[in-house]
Amino acid sequence: MVLERNLMKGNEALAEAAIRAGCRGFFGYPITPQTELSAYMAKKMAKAGGVFLQAESEIAAINMVLGAAASGVRAMTSSSSPGVSLKAEGISYMAGSDLPCVIINVQRGGPGLGGIQPSQADYWQATRAMGHGDFHILVYAPCSVQEMVDMVSKAFDTADKYRMPAMILADGLLGQMMEPVTFPEIKAEQPEKPWAANGHGGKRSHNIINSLYLKPEVLQKSVWERFERYERVKKEESDAESYLTDDAEIVVAAYGATARVAKSAVNSARAAGIKAGLLRPKTLWPFPEEQLKKACKNADAVLCVEMSMGQMVDDVKLALSCSKPVHFLGRTGGVVPKPSEILEEIKKIGGAR
Amino acid sequence: MTSEIILAGFGGQGILFAGKVLAYGGLMDEREVSWLPSYGPEMRGGTANCSVCISDEPIGSPLVLEPDLLIAMNLPSYNKFINAVKPGGKAFIDSTMVDEKCQRNDINCFYIPATQLALENNLSGMGNIVLIGKLLKETGIISEQAIKKAVEKSVPPSKASLIEANLKAIEIGMKY
Amino acid sequence: MAVVFQRPKSLLDVPTHYCPGCTHGIIHRLICEVIDEMGIEGDTIGVCPVGCSVMAYDYFGCDMIEAPHGRAPAVATGVKRTNPDKFVFTYQGDGDLAAIGTAETVHSATRGENIVVIFVNNTTYGMTGGQMAPTTLPGQVTQTTPFGRDPKVQGYPVRVCEMLSTLDGVALAQRVAVDSVPHIREAKKAIRKAFENQRDKKGFSIVEVLSTCPTNWGLSPAEALERLRKDMIPYYPLGIYKDKGDEQNDK
Repeated sequence: MVLERNLMKGNEALAEAAIRAGCRGFFGYPITPQTELSAYMAKKMAKAGGVFLQAESEIAAINMVLGAAASGVRAMTSSSSPGVSLKAEGISYMAGSDLPCVIINVQRGGPGLGGIQPSQADYWQATRAMGHGDFHILVYAPCSVQEMVDMVSKAFDTADKYRMPAMILADGLLGQMMEPVTFPEIKAEQPEKPWAANGHGGKRSHNIINSLYLKPEVLQKSVWERFERYERVKKEESDAESYLTDDAEIVVAAYGATARVAKSAVNSARAAGIKAGLLRPKTLWPFPEEQLKKACKNADAVLCVEMSMGQMVDDVKLALSCSKPVHFLGRTGGVVPKPSEILEEIKKIGGAR
Repeated sequence: MTSEIILAGFGGQGILFAGKVLAYGGLMDEREVSWLPSYGPEMRGGTANCSVCISDEPIGSPLVLEPDLLIAMNLPSYNKFINAVKPGGKAFIDSTMVDEKCQRNDINCFYIPATQLALENNLSGMGNIVLIGKLLKETGIISEQAIKKAVEKSVPPSKASLIEANLKAIEIGMKY
Repeated sequence: MAVVFQRPKSLLDVPTHYCPGCTHGIIHRLICEVIDEMGIEGDTIGVCPVGCSVMAYDYFGCDMIEAPHGRAPAVATGVKRTNPDKFVFTYQGDGDLAAIGTAETVHSATRGENIVVIFVNNTTYGMTGGQMAPTTLPGQVTQTTPFGRDPKVQGYPVRVCEMLSTLDGVALAQRVAVDSVPHIREAKKAIRKAFENQRDKKGFSIVEVLSTCPTNWGLSPAEALERLRKDMIPYYPLGIYKDKGDEQNDK
């Protein structure tokens, strides 16, 4: 069957993809530049038999997600950077309670109220410290509207599989842009959730959704078990796109919207006779360490490009164990790097060979 | 081939809609397209612009900084973008709204009283689409068939009665 | 031999962690009696707070969720909206409900969320060792008001039922106490009405239960009950503040 390609805004595509992935609880709060997502849900969710509710705060929204997810329903919330900070508490509780959900962050510039233009300055928050305590969440980094659609579905499935929250780390550029997109069929089947607190009906003992363990040894054991699961996640779920890296002498590492700009720069570099390639992480946690190492096999240097002061660059260095020089080019505050700027940097690094 | 386009004007002039028609046109020709609006706390009457890319290759940055083609529907937009147009590029200027003439001789400028033309033809508020018509005539970046389908796709079902008017506006632009 | 008194089935047969003389046990029991009488244990999901009753999930036989501090009404909203045919209740203390969770409380009430909120008011933060609560009485000594709560410095206590009774989404706002047999009977009736409201889709029902904390009040259990009667009830009068089923008798 040929699916029709339609133009759609990233934010709206995320919403439609979630509904098709079986999301039946969406709880949000308005914030630029992701508000179209909520508006779309307000229009469509009830028709799909689900719940849309505008919460009184980001904090309430993530806790409504917690409640819906605890009862076994696929649930989602979306926000942008300052709002995601407010969700940190709830995300930590959900991780500690082994609850799956999807959180959308259409990043904008920070810190504080920051700005409303595209940014990637929440990388550390998403991959390192999305709340207090020892835990991780899955972090997906789409670079096109189509990939936003595909990753929402993937995020719900993977979150359910490992019983952990998943985040789509997008940015204002991806959220606001329109691109052609096709949608998958509506998902009919979802995994059984025998752990859910949805009324035991007298058929089983009561289920408890909880993150409290007052005995240190018991809490330690529960965290250890979770981290064993994380090891499986690292092995099975890390994902990246390698572009022209086989013979690349300089590898550009970039994700999300920045990777699109970087790809243009890599193409220009190739046209100028420089053997450049691109490694684009599609999952930020787990970080695609093996893919990066492989992509850098023949490289003399790596250039990491981000819309931040340099956050993913840490993971790039860690993955390579600092065995190769890792350069950084960053724009922040909502400034999108230009292809020409990246090309110039590639030439500078290449010229130093 | 890649065409990078900026459309700019006041909010309410249909800048974003005109961009959408172009993007859909590219899509109907089975090419790669992207559309990116400027966004911010701007009200009706404030400035609005959007970037449209139409290409045979996957599109890199959807944010156009140096357009091949510019549509400018007011003076602030004209001033902001006219010097960004790539040498060899083309600018389509609504001369009802902009009374300046471009001094650059490395680009082609077309002055169309689009707002006035729309008004005279009972198509009030469709100066944006008149300019699209002129752009299509001068560049041929979208096939005639595709643009018709693009208008049908872009006009929301609740306003389907406006499809004919939009097509007429394109025709007026093409003939100017 | 006829059994005339026994543990409600939905109250699990496990030791609780509550201090001697604390009235949480009575309130747990009343909720479970209502759940049993209505035969809804299998269709009920309870939401625990953070505070003394944080581990109530071990005592109630229905499915249970432990919410972040103050967020129980939001969690309950998420459960109830996606499971409209189930019964959902929260069990919250004064710090949880009326300080850190004020926004969640007020907004779930004004939305008319069809849930039951059991609000246990003992005028102190018990779990953390007796600090000032939003409901601490003027003059009351706590760890963080060592010279007594001075309204000029710490402001005035919050009267939750009175405040919520102004909201259209509220079906029932009633204050009860568990210091005497008649009051306990009244309390059970209120809890029953709250669950029936949920069954009948009437909206948000809150039952505020004046409760004791002998440990942090530095009183014996009997003295604590006396204080409840002498100091708390005059400041927090018992009664129905809003009842959609019985609008005429509202205070």
